[in-house]
This record gives sequence, C-alpha cells and structure tokens, in this order.
Amino acid sequence: MNDLKDRVVRMSGSRVERCMRCGKCSATCPSYEDMEYHPHEFVYLVERGDVEKLLASESIYKCLTCFACVERCPRGVEPAKVVEAVRLIAVREQGKNRLKPDDLPALTDADLPGQALATALRKYAK
Amino acid sequence: MKIAYYPGCTLKNRARDLDRYARETASALGCEFEEIPLWQCCGGAYTSAKDEIATKLAAVRALAAGRDMGGRVVTVCSACFNVLAQTNREFLVNPDFDFKVNNYLKGDPAYHGEASVVHYLTLLRDEIGFDAVKARVTNPLKGKKIAAYYGCLLLRPSEALAFDDPEDPSVMEDFIRALGAEPVNYSMRNECCGGYLTLEDREAAKKRSNAVVRSAAENGADFMITACPLCMYNLTKNADEKIPVRYFTDVLAEAFGLKEGAAE
Ligand code: SF4
Ligand code: SF4
Repeated sequence: MNDLKDRVVRMSGSRVERCMRCGKCSATCPSYEDMEYHPHEFVYLVERGDVEKLLASESIYKCLTCFACVERCPRGVEPAKVVEAVRLIAVREQGKNRLKPDDLPALTDADLPGQALATALRKYAK
Repeated sequence: MKIAYYPGCTLKNRARDLDRYARETASALGCEFEEIPLWQCCGGAYTSAKDEIATKLAAVRALAAGRDMGGRVVTVCSACFNVLAQTNREFLVNPDFDFKVNNYLKGDPAYHGEASVVHYLTLLRDEIGFDAVKARVTNPLKGKKIAAYYGCLLLRPSEALAFDDPEDPSVMEDFIRALGAEPVNYSMRNECCGGYLTLEDREAAKKRSNAVVRSAAENGADFMITACPLCMYNLTKNADEKIPVRYFTDVLAEAFGLKEGAAE
C-alpha cells in the first residue's frame, strides 16, 4: 500500500475495496457536472493508489458534503469521506489554504450567515 | 419539561428570529429551553476525517453540558444538529476517538457519548406531539401551501442522525398539517441547496438552489420552510426564482399567535 493511499484510507475510514463500481454515488451527486473526477472515480483511484491526480484536481473543492453518496451507496463505501480526506491532505500542506481569512470580506454580504463562513473555513482551510 | 439548548453562532446574529421563536413556541408548549452556558460555535460542519480531533471539541463540550443538564441537547439549526449528532455518534463507534478527545479535554467526568441530541422538530413529533401543537394553534394557516425543505443536514448520514426516513421524510409535512396548512410534495426537498459552495463557486451553488426552488414553485408552493440559515441564504439569494423562505419556528410562532401583528 503506498503512503498516500494509506493516509486517505485511514483518514476516511472508507472501505474502498468494497466498491462494486455501480456508479450510484456519481449518479446521485449534485456536483457531478462540476467535477472532473466523480465520486466513484475518487473511490477507484484511491483503491488503485493513484491519489496525486485527485490532489491536483479542482474536484476536491466541488463536493458539497451533502452525503447523498454516503446514504445511497449500496456497499457502505462512503465516497464523501474519501473526497474529504483527499481535500484535507491538499489544504493541510503549508501555504495551500484554498480560502484565506483575507478573502472573506470580498465574498461576504450582509445576509451571509456566520455558519457559512465557519463551514467554508473548515472545508477550505486548515 | 426542561431541556438543554444549544443555539449556535448564527442564531445569535443573522438568524435571531430562529432562536427567539424557537424558545417562545417551546415555552408555549410547556417546554423550557435552558441555554447551555458558555457554548462555543460547533464549526458549522462535521469533519469526517478520523484524525481531526481539535475541530470537534466545541461539540463535545456542548454534549457534556447536555449530559449534565438532564441528558439531552436540543438544537434548532440543522448544521448544529448535524455536527453534534455526528460527533456524539463517533463516541459510540470509535473507541480511539473517545480516548483522544478525553485526553485533550480532561473533562470531569470524562465524556463517553452519554447525551442524546434532538432537533426541535423531532422533539415536537416525539415528545410534545403534533396533537398538542395542533391544539395550541390559534391562528391556523388555512389554505397555505407550504414546501418543507429538509436539505442534507437534517437527514444524512441517517445512521448517525436518526432524524427521519432519509429518502421519504415526513416530520416537516406533519408539522405543516398540525398548523392547518397543506404540505407540497416536490422531488428536491431532500437535495442540497449548494451549501458552503456559494463561497467557492457561486455559479455552481446557484444551479443547486435554482433546482430546489424551481421544484417547489412548480408544485405550487406559496412559501418554503427550512431549519437552516445557510439553506435560507442560498434559496433566497442564489435562486433566480423567488419564493418566500421562512424558518419553521417563525411559521410556528405565527400559528400560535406569538408574532406581533399576527391575527389572534
Ligand atoms: S457528498 Fe460530495 S461527492 Fe457525495 S454526493 Fe454530495 S457532493 Fe457528491
Ligand atoms: S455507490 Fe458505492 S459501490 Fe457504487 S460506485 Fe459508488 S462507491 Fe462504489
């Protein structure tokens, strides 16, 4: 098992080897059309140990953590947790925060709830 | 009945009415929400990664307070509910998490997942009962067609949340009926509004909110109800089609005649 694959598997707790490639996760994914790699491909590429491609892809920032894929996967693979682990590995690198506190004023308006900022910082920054 | 209450950050600023009407309507039903002292923001999102401990400690502190204040914590915001319930679940399925969290917190006594997390909607359903809600209504919302919007955070992952059937929920529809209104059936009620993606890729988030609002509008909704401030934001700001979106507590307060200017 290569090191990156091992990290993703341990962080996510996902049993990627249980995937039967039915594609149900991707069929239900609301971000499907905005992703280069889709949930089932995250699972497949991690199982193959091909994590770099995912780390370099914008797809890791498009997942909504809606958990539709987790709820609907017939094999309990939990693809969203795989996507989250890959994204965390990316943003935890020094200087790789996707969203910086300095970016926030330009993105905020008077109606945006504090919840949105807290959540976005959890997702896009370390 | 008294119950420990976790309001969360957004209910103390942008969504003040969500907080105020939750407490007032609960009180009208004989249930006092006792705010947890010195609560901290739950973080808005539960991080599923197993090696994330520090980001979950605020939720653990709230859970431990709930245990000490009678055994339960009630929330109104969908995101707080989701974070607290997922965090609590981790204690029950992951001994390593329990060990690490308690090493950090040095709580006295240690916390092991003893509290239960409830949402105000399921408190209404399971304990207060929709019959009691109906009996308290003084200003029934007759003739109103209301689209219940669940989104993601109340329903998934269902294993941890145990809120309702994740694919065919009914608690909000039963809530709407108890207020004398008619629930609208529409296919997008448990699909994502775009969530926090509005900060990363607004156009992508807009597609999501448009799909949800369009589906509610096509099925004849007069307005939508939600429990989530971020859903409220996306559905009102990001969708091109405009239907009013209201917090469920606001509608409840109106039906109870607790809002200023409301017909008694
Ligand atoms: S959690 Fe992410 S990957 Fe899974 S269905 Fe939702 S948006 Fe797609
Ligand atoms: S739904 Fe589950 S089993 Fe099917 S492709 Fe996705 S991860 Fe694999």
